This record gives sequence, C-alpha cells and structure tokens, in this order.
Amino acid sequence: MSHIEQKPPKYFLLFFRWYCHPKLRDHIEGDLLEEYRVHVKILGRRTADRKFIAEVMLLFRPGIIRPVERYRNVNQLAMYKSYFKIGWRNMVKDKGYSIINIGGLALGIAVAMMIALWVHHELSFNKHNEHYERVAAVMQHNTIDGNIETWNSQSFQLGDELRNNYGSNFTRVVMSSFPVSSILSDEKTTISAEGSFMEAEAPELLSLKMLRGTRKALHDPTSILLSESASKSLFGNEDPVGKILKIDNGIDVKVTAVYQDLPDNSSFQNGLSFIAPLEILVKRGGTNLTWGGNFLQVFVQVADNVRMDEVSAAIKDIKIKNLDKREAGFKSQLFLLPMSQWHLHSTFKNGINTGGQIDLVWQLGSIGAFVLLLACINFMNLSTARAQKRAKEVGVRKVVGSARSQLVGQFFSESLLVVSLAFMFAILLVQLGLPSFNEISEKRIIIVWLDPLLWLVMISFIFLISIVAGSYPALYLSAFKPIKVLKGSFSRADNSALLRKVLVIVQFAVTVTLIIGTTIVYQQIQFVKNRPIGYDLSGLIAIPIKTKEVKNNSDALTTHLLAEGIASNVATSETTITNLWWSDTGYQWNNKDPNLQDNIYRGAVSYEFGRTVGWKIKEGRDFSRDFLSDSSAMILNEAAVRYMGFDHPIGETIKRYDRSYTVIGVVQDMLTQSVYGSNKQTVFLLDPFDQANFINVRISPQMPMSKAIEKISNAFVKINPATPFEYTFADDEFAEKVSSEERIGKLAAIFAVLAILISCLGLFGLASFVAEQRIKEIGVRKVLGASVFNVWKMLSNDFLGLVGVAILIASPVAYYLMAAWLLNYDYHMEMSWWTFVVAGLIAMLITLSTVSYQAIKAARANPVKSLRTE
Amino acid sequence: MKKYQLGEFEEIVILTIGVLYKEAYGVSIKREIESRLSRKVSMGALHTALVRLEDKGYVKSFSGETTQERSGRPKRYFQITALGKKAMEYSKDTRNELWRAIPKVALDLKVIG
Repeated sequence: MSHIEQKPPKYFLLFFRWYCHPKLRDHIEGDLLEEYRVHVKILGRRTADRKFIAEVMLLFRPGIIRPVERYRNVNQLAMYKSYFKIGWRNMVKDKGYSIINIGGLALGIAVAMMIALWVHHELSFNKHNEHYERVAAVMQHNTIDGNIETWNSQSFQLGDELRNNYGSNFTRVVMSSFPVSSILSDEKTTISAEGSFMEAEAPELLSLKMLRGTRKALHDPTSILLSESASKSLFGNEDPVGKILKIDNGIDVKVTAVYQDLPDNSSFQNGLSFIAPLEILVKRGGTNLTWGGNFLQVFVQVADNVRMDEVSAAIKDIKIKNLDKREAGFKSQLFLLPMSQWHLHSTFKNGINTGGQIDLVWQLGSIGAFVLLLACINFMNLSTARAQKRAKEVGVRKVVGSARSQLVGQFFSESLLVVSLAFMFAILLVQLGLPSFNEISEKRIIIVWLDPLLWLVMISFIFLISIVAGSYPALYLSAFKPIKVLKGSFSRADNSALLRKVLVIVQFAVTVTLIIGTTIVYQQIQFVKNRPIGYDLSGLIAIPIKTKEVKNNSDALTTHLLAEGIASNVATSETTITNLWWSDTGYQWNNKDPNLQDNIYRGAVSYEFGRTVGWKIKEGRDFSRDFLSDSSAMILNEAAVRYMGFDHPIGETIKRYDRSYTVIGVVQDMLTQSVYGSNKQTVFLLDPFDQANFINVRISPQMPMSKAIEKISNAFVKINPATPFEYTFADDEFAEKVSSEERIGKLAAIFAVLAILISCLGLFGLASFVAEQRIKEIGVRKVLGASVFNVWKMLSNDFLGLVGVAILIASPVAYYLMAAWLLNYDYHMEMSWWTFVVAGLIAMLITLSTVSYQAIKAARANPVKSLRTE
Repeated sequence: MKKYQLGEFEEIVILTIGVLYKEAYGVSIKREIESRLSRKVSMGALHTALVRLEDKGYVKSFSGETTQERSGRPKRYFQITALGKKAMEYSKDTRNELWRAIPKVALDLKVIG
C-alpha cells in the first residue's frame, strides 16, 4: 500500500488540528494516525475513514478543545497604556528625530488634506441641483475647415423645435442667454450686475431655493428675479417683491421673487445675479432669430422614462434639417452634455470629449498623493534607521517573554501616536493655510468640522497611514533574533539599508520631477506672456456701452476726452481688441476654393480704432476720414491674407453682408483670442451695423493713470447721468487669459517647495543617523590623518549618489509628462535640456547643503571623545 | 468527603496504565482496555480521562519516540505517580471494605433468587 493512500480525510484532520488544544495536538494526532493506519490494513480504507471521522467528532469535547483565547489577559488596558507610555518616552528622548518625523508627516498630511478638500469641491459641482441626473445642455459640433469645433451656443428656433417635435423626451426645455452685464436701477440705487435672460421654467430646472416668491415667478413676462445678494445691494433688507426696476435704463420690470445665491460649486455661480424673461431680450431686437444665429444656451431636463444618450442620438440632425444651404455646410450635429460633465468634462477636441478640468483634478490629486507618499517614506526611513538603537530593547523584551505580536503592537501604537500628533498639527496647518490656498486657487473652500463623514475619513486615514508607514518598522524590528542582538553581532549592512536607499531614491525622483514640472509650467507661462501681441496694452481701457444714452453721447465724450488732453485717441468697436470673438461665414473673394466653408473673424470698428489700439500696418493704409469711400473699405490681418491666398491683397474685392468691400490695408497679426491658439484670420471694417459695444480709450502718456481714470469717470457721469461708470484695462483682460495657467503654476510651485522641504527633512534625519552610526569609524579615520574635507566628502558622496540615480529616473519621466502637458497648447515652447540640468543641479545642491551640516558636524568632532566611550 | 476522586472509567484507565507499565501511551492503552474488557473505547473518552488524571496529579506523562506510522508525531507515555498509586489503593480498599461488609446471606439469597 502506498504511502499517499494512507492519508486520513484531510479536512477532518485539519478540523481536529484547529480545535485541539496545542498541548495535546501532537500526540493525539499521532494516536489517531497510528490507529488509522492499522484500520486501513485490517478493515479497508472506507471503514478506516469512517472510524477516523467518528473519532475526530468524539474528540470534540471539553478538555480537548483549546480555549478561545490564547492569552487570557484579564485587563488589556494596562498593556495599551504601557505601549503609549513607552512610545511617548521614546519620542521625548529623541526630540530631534521626533520633530523631524512629526513635522514632515504633518506637512505632508496638510498638503494632502488641502488637495483632498479641493478635489472634493471640484467633484461636488452642481450636485446640489435636484435634477442633477436629468439636466443637460444642448451642444453642437460644427465642421470648420475640416476641424470639428464644439459650441454650447444654440439658435432661438431650437427651443420650440424641441418642445413641439421632441416633447416626449423632455420634462423641461429652457433657453437662456449667456450671462449679460446689465444695469439695474430703481429711483434711488443703480447697480451693474451679471444676469441671464431665461425662459419661465428656469427656476425649476436650476432648482433655485426661493427666499421670497415661488418658482413660478418667471411666468410673468415683465418680471425679474433677484439673487439674495443683488436684492441686498439694491434694497438693503427691505422686501423687494413688487418693486419696479429698470433694466439698462429701458424696460420696466417688477421684482417677483428672490432666490438664494447659487453655491460656490455651481456652474451658474457667476452671472446669475438676476433672471429676467428671455422675451425682454428678444423684443429689444438686434438678435438673429434664424436657425443660424447661435446666441443662446439651451438647457433641458430629460424625461424620467428615457435615457440621456437615446435623446442625444434622437436630436442629432435637427439643425441640419432646418438650416439653409450656406450654413448646412458646417454639418451641425446636436448632442446633450449631461450636467454631471459640465464642470469636469467639457473640453472637446475634434468632436471628442477629452476631459477638461478633470485633468487638473488628476494632476493636483496625484501631486497630493505623492507628497503624502514622501512624508510616509520619511517616517519609514527614520524609524528603520533608528531600529539599531532599539535593537537591544527588542532583544531584552523578547528574552523577558514578549511575544512577537506584542512587539508589533508596541511599534504600531508608537506609529499611531506619531501619526495622530502629526494629524493634529496638520489640521492646524490646514486651518491656517486655507485662506491663502483659497486665494491662489480662487475658491471658497471651508472645512465643515461637524461633518461626520470628514471625521470618519480622517480617522480611517490616521489608521491607514499608521499601518502603511508603521508596518515596516513594526515587522522588521519585531523579527530581530534576541541572541544576535544581545550578543552584539547584529549586522548593520542588512537589507534595511538597501530599502532605505531605494526609498530615498523614490523620494528624490518625485521631488526632482516636481521641480522640473514646475519650472516648465513657469517657462510656458512666461513664453505665452511674451508672445508678440501686435498692439499696445498699456494705458488702454474699454468702457462698455450698455445704455442708449452712452451710445448717443459717445461722440460728446470723445470730444471732451480729446479736448482735455486726457486721451490721445478714442474709438468705438463691437468687440474689444483683447477678445475679438465674432466670427461668421459667407465671404466671397477672387479665386476662392468653392468647397471651402469659410469662417472668418470680424472686427467692426470706427476710423480711429487702429490708432487707438496701436496696430501696425504692414501694407496699404489705415482707415481714414479723408476718404469717403472708406465706408466700404476692409483691412485684413496677415492670417487672413494667407487664408484667402492673396499675393497682392491691396485693391482686392471681398463680398459679404450683401455689400462689396475693397481691401485697403494689411495689418500685422494681433493676439485677439486665446494666447495658446494660433492667430485667426480676421477682417476689420468700419461698423456697418451701428453695433458699437465698447468705447476704447488710449490714455495720453503724459497723464498719470489714476488721475486720468478719475477725470474720465467724472466726464462720463456728467455726460451720462443714468449710467454707472465701468471700465476694464486691456492689460488686465490680457492677464486674465493666462490666469488659470498661472494658478496651476503657483500651486505646483508651492507643492514642489513643500515636497522639497519634506524630502530634505528626511534626508537631514538620515544624515544625522548615518553620521552617528559611523562615529567610531570617523574617529579612527581622523586619528589616522583624514581631514575634515575627506570625512565630509565621504559622508556626502553616499547621498549624492542616491540623488544622482533619482535624477536619472526623474528626468525622462518628467520629460514625458511635460511633453504631454505642453501638447494641450497650440502655442507652446520647446523644452530645453538645460531645464533638466538646472533642476538636477538644484536637487544636488539642496542635498549637499542638507547633508553637509551633519557631515561637517561629525567631521569636526574630537575623535578622542568618540573613541574613548564604551 | 472523598479523599481521592477517581471515576469508574478513570480507574480502568489508570489500572491499564499500571498493566502496561512502560508501554502506556494512547493507542496501547486503548487496545489493552478494548481487549481485556471487551468494550469499545473512543479516543475522545480516553484522552479526556488522561487529561483529567494528569490534572489531578495521578499520572505524569512525557514525550517518547516517533514512528513512521505516526507520521512523525511523538508518542506520549503515561506513568502512575505516588499520588496516583495512593488513589488506586484507596479505591481498592474502599471496595474491599464494602465487599467485606456485605452479609453473606445477601449474596447467597441473590444466588438462589
């Protein structure tokens, strides 16, 4: 009979082993096996198995079964008290270590917490809306020059079309203007506020919280709804319902309701100070009400019984069916963008959703995670480095009778103590740092201290970090063999040193990546800031024309400003030079490719516009009042000349708006849209539609800025008594274009500095440990004639080597990441190799200065002292 | 009050340990009882009794050699202690006394009846 066949039923044997008292287990098992083998021989396998099972079951009785707990500690509390007491004493004994340990960890946790708060805020966008799951915006893809562009603007016709022909898909369809800056006035006060003109169901769709009135308040076509803050600034604490307001000094409306300001994490947070009926805007005129005029947003609430993507597919071709031939060439396709994607997933590249703000969430989120990782690595490194100091303690404890699990408990409770302390400091740091963080990130994040979820997350994080950061020391230290440790033959070149080295490399790889990344973000910002813009930003202001009187009196204002010497040039225009957004199609010129679906930007300006903004004429001439024919003159920019394919543009004829224009000049390309995009083909013509929206004023160079603004303000108010004076600086507007990148840059820089600081703290601790460990060696070396410099070099070299490896790892990683980041921008710089070299040198320098303090201290110590002890 | 507590099965076990002298371990005790007394003994009952006897201090045990059939598990040999011997003697004496105290008639009657 083979040996294998003689095995009793496995699971019953395992069961027996599990329940049997360890003291009895071995010999009873032996008895069982012996009996079993005999039974197999005599009675056969089956009977033997059955008998074995019966025996195992009969052995399951008191006296044989092991007690439930292995150690019967009557009072465990004393144990835990001792853990923490010893932990505390250890911390106090080594104050330097403890400060580095707790400080580094606290810094890391604080950074991670702030970023976590920010991420949470980003992810919570629009979630307050009652119909969050069902609200969507109608978007459209248009093919222009072979590229698909995606817009959120729609035409006035779409609303009725959706309601009448696709009504079963929607609970609500609400058309809304884009936020409009308007002037609201009653008899006493006048304010300028950003609001929207919307259809009657808007309050329900936005799930506004009504403070006064109801969500039906917008059904009256002469009503206006005010936000709480707008109501406060207009009427103070009075009840505004029933009061009459004028919008832009024109139409009278009655306040019918007041709603709570939209929260910080709403897509409507800016630009919803008031809501007025859309009809007012439509009746006011000047809007293109055809299918081609995209001047509105359309929001829908999808019916409960249909799926969002089905509706999205159903409405795809609405536009193409209704457009005339000329505009159908854009191949417009409609689709729905669900509310859940508005904030984070709103960027489209060639018709495909490529994310958007979510990228930033990922970027910052991973920086936060990495900073926390750095802090945890510090903690682990310092603890394992300190292991040698405590090796004897572990040995003695084991000899006296400590079980390994108890030692693990000891070390875990020590790391719990350190992490808890670090957490307390971190919370303090977050509380102190949050205002500045909010300022940079332009958020209003607050910590809700009473939120149980917050505490749950924090406490689980305390435990998580304690276990992650404390696991290595706990398992490593508790595994020491007491004999070795106490005899003193405990080897120092063990694998914990290798692990420490790896951790230092990881730490510095992350740090160097952050340094390089920050540098490149900063360089890119500088690069776009220095981009040639083609006009003069300084001393250029734009005054919006919001009311009729400003429009009618603009000549009077111009004359006054010029006569007083306040301004050197004044001109009106449809759009400002920093944001020239009007584009349309249907231009005709000689030799135009018949298949080209043209899309050209247009600046409608007055004669003096060019001189006011300071553009540079390359060919031909500027607009001039001396030429009567200039009412049908056109100036192209260089991009437009290339776009239309002219060799000699001057004198060419271009048709549009049922009129013919003659090209009289070519102007150098100007930066009029995104700083990251290419220069767009643009034509300038003398405002044929009387559509001026801005008065552009070039303040005369002799006049100090503040004095000039004051004088302009006085003149403006005198000439236009019913309109408050508002203006924007062109350079502010321009800076606004890079503000979001600057914000990222600033945040990245701050976190990079903190990461460096944390890494340095760790390195500092490690260096002091190494110096202490090698104190005898250093003593001997000095006695034999080593100089301070030799010792310093020896100690620093180790660390420099590690940082060198880290740089080698970090550089390609950083290159790859930053190359991907730069691709987001059409106009971007090329990375240069010296960025990487400088970042590496900086890392080396920082390492050297951190390590040198300890190295020199050790090198200068008197060898007599270190050698005499013991 | 009982001076020495020794249950019926425990008594059998400790007697068998005595019989086996140096060869008393789990399986051998079990076989001995089974063959001599013609009754089935489960491992559970036997080892519980052994644990109790040891707890009371009537037997002592020590690890012995291992064999192939036991897959390397050691045997545990049992030996009667001085206290165990006293307990056995006490038990035997009390029974003998009881035997002696029975009037002859009672037994005779029983034989006849």
